[in-house]
Amino acid sequence: MLASIVTTEWYLVLAAMLFSIGMVGVMVRRNPLVLFMCIELMLNAVNLTFVAFARQNGDIGGQTTVFFVMVVAAAEVVVGLGIIVAILRRRPTATTDDLAELKG
Amino acid sequence: MLDLVWLIPALPLLGFLVLLVLGRKLGDPVAGYFATAMVGLSFLVTVGVFLDLMSLDAEARTEQVTTLFSWVAVGGLHIDLAFLADPLSITMCLFVTGIGTLIHLYAVGYMHGDSRFSKFFLYLNLFAFSMLMLVLGSNMLVTFLGWEGVGTCSYFLISFWHERESAATAGKKAFVTNRVGDWGFMMAMFFAFWAVGSLDYLHINEAAESLSVTTATAIALFAFVGACGKSAQLPLYVWLPDAMEGPTPVSALIHAATMVTAGVYLMCRISPLFEVTADYAGTIIAVVGAVTALFAATIAVSQNDIKKVLAYSTVSQLGFMFLAVGSGAYVAAIFHMVTHAFFKALLFLGSGSVIHGMHHEQDMRRMGALRKFMPITFGTFIVGWLAIAGVPPFSGFWSKDEILLAAYDKSIVLWAVGLVTALLTAFYMTRQVIMVFYGEARWHDAHEEHGAHGDYHAHDTEPHESPWMMVLPLVVLAVLSFAGGFINMPFSHETEKLATWLEPVLHPHETDTAKLPLALAAIAAGLVGIAIGFAVYYFKKLKPVEPKILLDGWGYDRAISNFMGGPGRKAFDAIAWADAHLVDGAVNGTGKLVQATAGKARRVQTGNLRNYAAAVGVGVVLLLTWFVIVRGIL
Repeated sequence: MLASIVTTEWYLVLAAMLFSIGMVGVMVRRNPLVLFMCIELMLNAVNLTFVAFARQNGDIGGQTTVFFVMVVAAAEVVVGLGIIVAILRRRPTATTDDLAELKG
Repeated sequence: MLDLVWLIPALPLLGFLVLLVLGRKLGDPVAGYFATAMVGLSFLVTVGVFLDLMSLDAEARTEQVTTLFSWVAVGGLHIDLAFLADPLSITMCLFVTGIGTLIHLYAVGYMHGDSRFSKFFLYLNLFAFSMLMLVLGSNMLVTFLGWEGVGTCSYFLISFWHERESAATAGKKAFVTNRVGDWGFMMAMFFAFWAVGSLDYLHINEAAESLSVTTATAIALFAFVGACGKSAQLPLYVWLPDAMEGPTPVSALIHAATMVTAGVYLMCRISPLFEVTADYAGTIIAVVGAVTALFAATIAVSQNDIKKVLAYSTVSQLGFMFLAVGSGAYVAAIFHMVTHAFFKALLFLGSGSVIHGMHHEQDMRRMGALRKFMPITFGTFIVGWLAIAGVPPFSGFWSKDEILLAAYDKSIVLWAVGLVTALLTAFYMTRQVIMVFYGEARWHDAHEEHGAHGDYHAHDTEPHESPWMMVLPLVVLAVLSFAGGFINMPFSHETEKLATWLEPVLHPHETDTAKLPLALAAIAAGLVGIAIGFAVYYFKKLKPVEPKILLDGWGYDRAISNFMGGPGRKAFDAIAWADAHLVDGAVNGTGKLVQATAGKARRVQTGNLRNYAAAVGVGVVLLLTWFVIVRGIL
């Protein structure tokens, strides 16, 4: 049975890989949109761990939390995309390195 | 009436506020009459409170506290704005408001035509308010409020004619000198709070017995430093003679009758402390008083300014009061304070009347023969002269005699100094009376000079008698100066009315010394002083001795200026340098250090998103490492 072979550790390793990809992406990529996708990747990696543990423990709480994370992420995407669109309209070629007005 | 005691200071305060808003509109002379009425009403309330207090038992008279509101409540410190109506404070209130009313009325005449007429009365009302707060305050902080208030008003009024440089300087001098004394008062408050945990006089006096000798002595002596400043004793007397730059009603009210007696009042207020203090506390006070009395009396002998004589005389008489306090005769001190308030206010107002009549001439060498031109002023001045010279049955004799008796019990040396001072007092006052009212008229030549200055009175060179509102207070005060002594006659317990009245508050001074010989000695001293005065200045049998050093006040003033201008100045400069470089240096250095650090540290904020992300990532890794490896979780 597949379900018995695929233990929680598998999900955790996958989540760790997804999270690492997302994290490296945030650190090395300069395109705001790609940056954004990387953040989503990290969020969903965390969601995956929640769901995995929820299944292992038979506790619905982890899945509930995931719904909250998704809702908040959706709201964040709306705001974040709005900002990115606004910036790219003024400076179509802008990367995150160019947006350093707040430096000390 | 007792719960209406707050009205006593409130009425002058109301007068002050009204004059502040409407003063100019009311103008000359309505503003003056209004201010007079306010103090007059305050006097009536005081009389009511006094009668109420009389109807109480002697014991109940000491604890009539009226609390208005809680003023300061911080931790263990609770201070109410409260008034203490007891025989001592009400006695003070009676003569402060009574004489205050007379002097307000007098000032309506004296200040007539002044361009800042209403402002003068505004200050006078504010002064009356502050003085009454000082007297009625049930704790040291309320007294201190009044203490500072009278000091401020004194400053305003001394430099009332601030266009004159000397007046402005004199005001500043009074203010600065008083600050030295205020330091002593504050130290006394801190010590009292530290030792007793309260600033209420009732608490302090109750706890006095349980205080250690050192603590009680410290409180008493620091309070005495404060008293020295306010009551112009050595070494802080210098401001009072200069304070004569103010208008004469101010000199009479503030610098003779009321404010300068505040120090003596404070000493009497905390007198139970003196039961506990080391013996030397009383001795110090008595010696300072006696030395000041003699010192100032010698200076008064050579002064030519009519008001300066009276100013030094005031310093000298205040010295007498401190001599009494130091000798443990508090009733005698208060008694002399009251009679002195009568006759010195009378003498000052008389001199003001002379100055007014002489068109602002103050030099006695340019007066003379005024008795024909100013008969009422002359008559009342004579009463004041006999009272201060200690001729029985005038009031000054009775009170001075009691002080000398107490001084004799303390030490025969103090008594001798007091006696010599009494002789000098009689002498210089005789000199003043003769120079002003007798001899030939010396003002004609003076007024020709004045004419050259375009004085608008120049054509009318004859001195004239003053208007009714100036003469009336003179007459009333003359009656009081004559009869004021009868409130405390030393014949039996029955006749010592003031002592009986004050007994719940002030310990009576008990003595076995025979009173008659001392009284005869005091009378003799007064008469000898007068006789010498007549011999020198009237019959001109003896040459006057008026050394220049006495005119300069023993050079004390100059010595202080030289010291402060020389070594003192250098010390202040050094302190200022230390302040600018060491203290400010430390503060500014800290600021600069923070600025420099921040300048370096702000480069961390690159504004580059990926750097922040890296920082967060590294931070997470480090935290994880710490939790897993160091703390061993998992």
